[in-house]
Amino acid sequence: MDSRLLTSAVTLRVNGTVHRLTLDNRSTLLDTLREDLDLTGAKKGCDHGQCGSCTVLVDGRRVNCCLLLTVACDGSEITTVEGLSDGWSLHPVQEAFLARDAFQCGYCTPGQVCSAVGALREMAEGRPSAVTVGTEPPSGAAEIRERMSGNLCRCAAYPNIVRAVGDAAERAAEWWERTP
Amino acid sequence: MEFLRPADWTEALAAKAAHPSAVPIAGGTDVMVEINFGLRRPDALIDLNRIVELREWEVGADTVRLGAAVPYSRIIDELPTELPGLALAAHTVGSPQIRNRGGVGGNLGAASPAGDSHPPLLAAGAEVEVASVRGTRRIPVEEFYTGVKRNALAPDELIRCVHIKRADGPQQFSKVGTRNAMVIAVCAFGLALHPATRTVGTGLGSVAPTPVRAGAAERFLEQALDEAGLWDSGGVVPPAVAGKFADLVVAAANPIDDVRGTAGYRRHALAVLARRTLDWVWDEYRGKEWGRACA
Ligand SMILES: Cc1cc2nc3c(=O)[nH]c(=O)nc-3n(C[C@H](O)[C@H](O)[C@H](O)COP(=O)(O)OP(=O)(O)OC[C@H]3O[C@@H](n4cnc5c(N)ncnc54)[C@H](O)[C@@H]3O)c2cc1C
Ligand code: FES
Ligand code: FES
Repeated sequence: MDSRLLTSAVTLRVNGTVHRLTLDNRSTLLDTLREDLDLTGAKKGCDHGQCGSCTVLVDGRRVNCCLLLTVACDGSEITTVEGLSDGWSLHPVQEAFLARDAFQCGYCTPGQVCSAVGALREMAEGRPSAVTVGTEPPSGAAEIRERMSGNLCRCAAYPNIVRAVGDAAERAAEWWERTP
Repeated sequence: MEFLRPADWTEALAAKAAHPSAVPIAGGTDVMVEINFGLRRPDALIDLNRIVELREWEVGADTVRLGAAVPYSRIIDELPTELPGLALAAHTVGSPQIRNRGGVGGNLGAASPAGDSHPPLLAAGAEVEVASVRGTRRIPVEEFYTGVKRNALAPDELIRCVHIKRADGPQQFSKVGTRNAMVIAVCAFGLALHPATRTVGTGLGSVAPTPVRAGAAERFLEQALDEAGLWDSGGVVPPAVAGKFADLVVAAANPIDDVRGTAGYRRHALAVLARRTLDWVWDEYRGKEWGRACA
């Protein structure tokens, strides 16, 4: 087969920086971030959508980037854990994870943090979860567990992850505009 | 692997006609798992993500036209009133990340007997609109599933949308799995009441080679509700009726033993789901809005 058919030129905006790449069509966004762009925050835990350790934000929505082909992200705006802080201060979700000691080995943490940022935005937009009851403010533990159910933690730091996301949810009103 | 990126529907149909072996990819939550694990090595993919109309829905007088690639998260947020059964099922698919990508077109394309869209589509009543360069046809959803992970699509066809009856009564969905998130259903059941026509619809998942309806159970329940005047009185469904209904639902199943559960367990659990969802929909019907206003 003509080898030109096997690669594509792609433009990605990752954490505010524009990258123009020519890639094998089979590259996943996770491999592109880690291998080509040296952004190793997103982790490959399972490579099939089950663990959430590769969660990043694509056009503001949280997704498992092990299940995305980079070529299909042409023109997208991507935020990884490396892009959450403004360079000086941590993102409030990162601060909350630190304050609550919401990890042990840290392997799942970049995915947890990106997922939490996406979850808090979904809450702010009034998107219900499966356990949302009426118009109750959606920051209770059951609500957070449901919303974070796509992120596994092999160290089982769940109690503190739930507390950290709860803290961040309470403070969300103050900061979520600056969330990418 | 070639990556085809049609910009619109016409281009997509032309691409599929020119490359019948090319694999369409929407959310990618099934296709990518197969590719990452080397289960599938397609020589070409057709990316459907640039086709705007696949991501749109429209509510008509009696039906909702749901674009094939509307992700589950939007069905939950935007169509909970029109498609309550499907929205409940969508809530149970995978995880929030999976629901941001996957949709009903991909669930139909994969045609897994465990797909969670199928029971609510069967219960509500739906037609799958498929197209090729040769033209368009609408397939009743119960005829769409032709075998384990097989569907009625011809090699040059793509799914454009699903026409689903708008809810005219309460609908429920329930599934059994080992945890709340990211489980393949051990068994699943969808139930819809249609007070206007005094009919009921069912859909069974993970208990037969394909998703199926329990026609005899539907007829039995319709007749029992009618004969006892329950649509009008809003009275309680007698336990014997609920029990017989559950038995007939189980009779429509043809489950197997596998790693997720035994056939015997599936039959038992399915009967529980049938009785439970009947309780829920009937309570809702008696309770209110669907009311006996129409009676
Ligand atoms: C971690 C994980 C958890 C999951 N949990 C569940 C679950 O709980 N319940 C459940 O039902 N599913 C589950 N799935 C499977 C999957 O998410 C669903 O089947 C989803 O609906 C697929 O949609 P998609 O758009 O991602 O499909 P894709 O992967 O893009 O496509 C799936 C199939 O459909 C075909 N296809 C897609 N669009 C079209 C079209 N327009 N015309 C013709 N063919 C088309 C593709 O070629 C492919 O064969 C899970 C998957 C993962 C990875
Ligand atoms: S690596 Fe993507 S979900 Fe596990
Ligand atoms: S902190 Fe170790 S996997 Fe979560």
